[in-house]
Amino acid sequence: MANPVPGTLRHALTNWRVLAGGVLLLLLAIAAIFASALAPYDPLDQDLAAQLAAPDWHFGADAHALGTDSLGRDVLSRLIYGSRVALTVAFVAGFLTAIAGTAMGLAAGFFGGWLDAVISRAVDIWSSFPPVLLSIILVALLGTGLWSVVAAIVLIDWTRFCRVVRAETLKQRRLDYVDAAVVAGLRPLAILWREIVPNVLPLALVLLTLEMGLAVVIEAILSFVGLSISSDAPSWGGMIAEGREVVHQAPWVLIGAMLVLLATVLGFNVLGDGLKQELDPVLR
Amino acid sequence: MSEAALTIKNLSAGIARGPMLLHGVSLSVAAGEVHGLVGMSGAGKSMVGRCVLGILPAKVAITGGSIRFAGQELVGMAERQRRRIGAGMALIPQDPLSALNPSRRIVSQMTDVMRLRLGISPTEAAARALALLHEVHIRDPQSVLRRYPHELSGGMRQRVLIATAFACEPKLIVADEPTTALDVTVQKQILRLIRDLQRSHGTALLFVTHDLGVVAKICNSVTVLNAGRIVEQAPVAEIFGQPRHPYTRALFAATPRYDQPGGAVG
Amino acid sequence: MITRILSRLLQAIPTLAGVAVLVFVLVRVVPGDPVAMMIPPGADADVVARLYAQYGLDKPILTQFVIWAGQALHGDFGMSISLRQGVTGLIFSRLPATLELVAFAATLAVLLGGALAVFGTRYAGRAGEAVVDGLTGFILSVPDFLWGLAFIVGFGVLLPLFPISGRNDPSYSLGLASDFILTESFLRLRWGVTADILAHMTMPAVALALPLAAMIARVLKSSLAEQMAQDYALLSRVKGFSRWHVIVAEALRNAAIPTVSLTGVQVTFLVGGTVLIEKIFSYPGIGSLAIDAVVNRDLPLIQGLILTFAVLFILINLLLDFSYALLDPRLRHG
Repeated sequence: MANPVPGTLRHALTNWRVLAGGVLLLLLAIAAIFASALAPYDPLDQDLAAQLAAPDWHFGADAHALGTDSLGRDVLSRLIYGSRVALTVAFVAGFLTAIAGTAMGLAAGFFGGWLDAVISRAVDIWSSFPPVLLSIILVALLGTGLWSVVAAIVLIDWTRFCRVVRAETLKQRRLDYVDAAVVAGLRPLAILWREIVPNVLPLALVLLTLEMGLAVVIEAILSFVGLSISSDAPSWGGMIAEGREVVHQAPWVLIGAMLVLLATVLGFNVLGDGLKQELDPVLR
Repeated sequence: MSEAALTIKNLSAGIARGPMLLHGVSLSVAAGEVHGLVGMSGAGKSMVGRCVLGILPAKVAITGGSIRFAGQELVGMAERQRRRIGAGMALIPQDPLSALNPSRRIVSQMTDVMRLRLGISPTEAAARALALLHEVHIRDPQSVLRRYPHELSGGMRQRVLIATAFACEPKLIVADEPTTALDVTVQKQILRLIRDLQRSHGTALLFVTHDLGVVAKICNSVTVLNAGRIVEQAPVAEIFGQPRHPYTRALFAATPRYDQPGGAVG
Repeated sequence: MITRILSRLLQAIPTLAGVAVLVFVLVRVVPGDPVAMMIPPGADADVVARLYAQYGLDKPILTQFVIWAGQALHGDFGMSISLRQGVTGLIFSRLPATLELVAFAATLAVLLGGALAVFGTRYAGRAGEAVVDGLTGFILSVPDFLWGLAFIVGFGVLLPLFPISGRNDPSYSLGLASDFILTESFLRLRWGVTADILAHMTMPAVALALPLAAMIARVLKSSLAEQMAQDYALLSRVKGFSRWHVIVAEALRNAAIPTVSLTGVQVTFLVGGTVLIEKIFSYPGIGSLAIDAVVNRDLPLIQGLILTFAVLFILINLLLDFSYALLDPRLRHG
């Protein structure tokens, strides 16, 4: 069975959702990669003479296009550098979650029996906990820091992949070509790898895109409550926390960080929805 | 034949921006008469009933023709006024299980319509409901009134629905396959009950069914529908004597057993 | 009915015991030393040892558990390390604020979600339904974390309609006997105070309620559509009742049954969401307390709070269970 994914992906570029989400995220990636070239200031530079300066659009060496925070640090530069944390978490946590959840889902759906029973039960129990509360408890247990945040995201969200991939694996298993492969004498693992995995991948890709958006939000939440990276380092969640404190004097800190976070999440969501539309015929 | 209780002329209906479901259907039901509307499933027979009752599905609309009832034109009438005219009509639905609300007691489902249409008090309505349950031969009606639908058998539920249909002395009742969902033994009893009540109340009845055997037992005249068009329309005796249209003959062939008109029920 | 309540309560006991053991074990295996955070660097070894003894951290873990469980059964969850107060008293002084917030938010969610679903069903297939679908889609696509912040910026700062932090105006003393200040001020007819508390609660409650409301609207609308296609709904319209009447008086109750089962777990998510929302709005409930406890690695307080949340979740599930029985006569008699 030929893999229809690459052709579909090419066609996906004509989908406005895929394009809009993709362009948005591409801009973000550029900002993260070339942060040092793009940011007008060092994100850690404090300018105590220009605390809580309002956004200022004149061109000049001392202009702060999006204003400054309570330590006189340039908001625009911090936003640009903050995209590094956000994208790192999105990719690392997203991929690890996808791998863990997909593997569990494949195992449960393909092998069935007691393994399926155990995994499915674990998914049910695990996903009945409120995710925000769970993530905070997990980070409390794991200790603060970026890697704890990534671990917490993987531990919470693997169930999303597992549930969907398991259902899809069960569906694929019942299709004729799997029976044909069994008749042809392929070993179970070979069938899993060659027949089922390629057909589950499009689905996992859609979920991965959405998961990256979720990961960005969870990281922001944990930074906001002070459980992620240290508060000096530029992160959107940390800027939101700081902006919340000074919202009456300098609403631009909060608004800037919120809008960037919102745009990123919507970018991932729109891209995910678009990919889902495009890959749906493959999934049938 | 006396004056018509319901006159449908050239009725057409269809799905918005989609296929037509009814093509120029005309029929009339005389007061006190039973008119059968026969066809296979999908022939549009239930759609005619829903046009008359004003309960078309969201996407379906009447595209032409006329429905006259109680001296008034129903097609194009505003919904509020339409609801008032509806006092003269009632429905005996197909599935007695889903036609009763599972979360309301029988008494409230029987009396709500009387209180709305007749403007009587809850006590009066309950007394009337009791009398109606007697009339449809339900044992221990007092306790049935207090029960929920799931506590009654299918036949009992259909009796409750029939009693409710006659509650406000309508001029016209649309019966939409009222026996299809029931056991064969219960079917006969229910059919006889509808027939008896229809006669004693003098109600006109538009009887929608796919079963020519049932038509033979209960109807005075018949309209045969196929794919939204009338293929044959005649008094029962005539159709059973010599069905002219091949579709009608096919329907006869599909009916395993039928009695002659005026046979078993009487 | 009473036997059912009792049996469900009995079933909850092993669940709670399990949570208690789990919490105790998890908190002990955590890396990082809570006492180390309390002592200034270079403190006397004696002082450190005394602190350890004070919090019972010097004993073997099994002994610690027996002591902890014994005290817990008497309602004593030890002392909070960061706040130096009894955990039980601390939680009980903060719990009413959260309960009132959750009750208010859940009510809002049910009313708003129900209204959207009913409206969308009444205008099914027309512009009204499209508006409802668009609105719920929009609400769900924005993370709930951002809703709270957006309200702060929008209706707290740019258009200052509501206060953005706290539970009541601190400039006057409430003079109320309990911590259920919303309920009590209302019952004492001090409606000026009630209005002030409601003003403080509105934004956090709406932010908490929005995702649940959108969820309820979606699920309820699709089960209403199912119910409206049932014969009893058609029959009711033939009887002469308006569509509004059929939706509200006939279909709503039956549609509510699957909606409760599908959105029930979201109610516990709403309670979990208080953690973040209370932090955002500096609202003095157990949610913001939990975050402070975690940030300060205050083990006794974390344990007490997790158990409190577990009890809340169990109670919510009980309530949901009984709401089925209330809605569905078949369950009541069966």
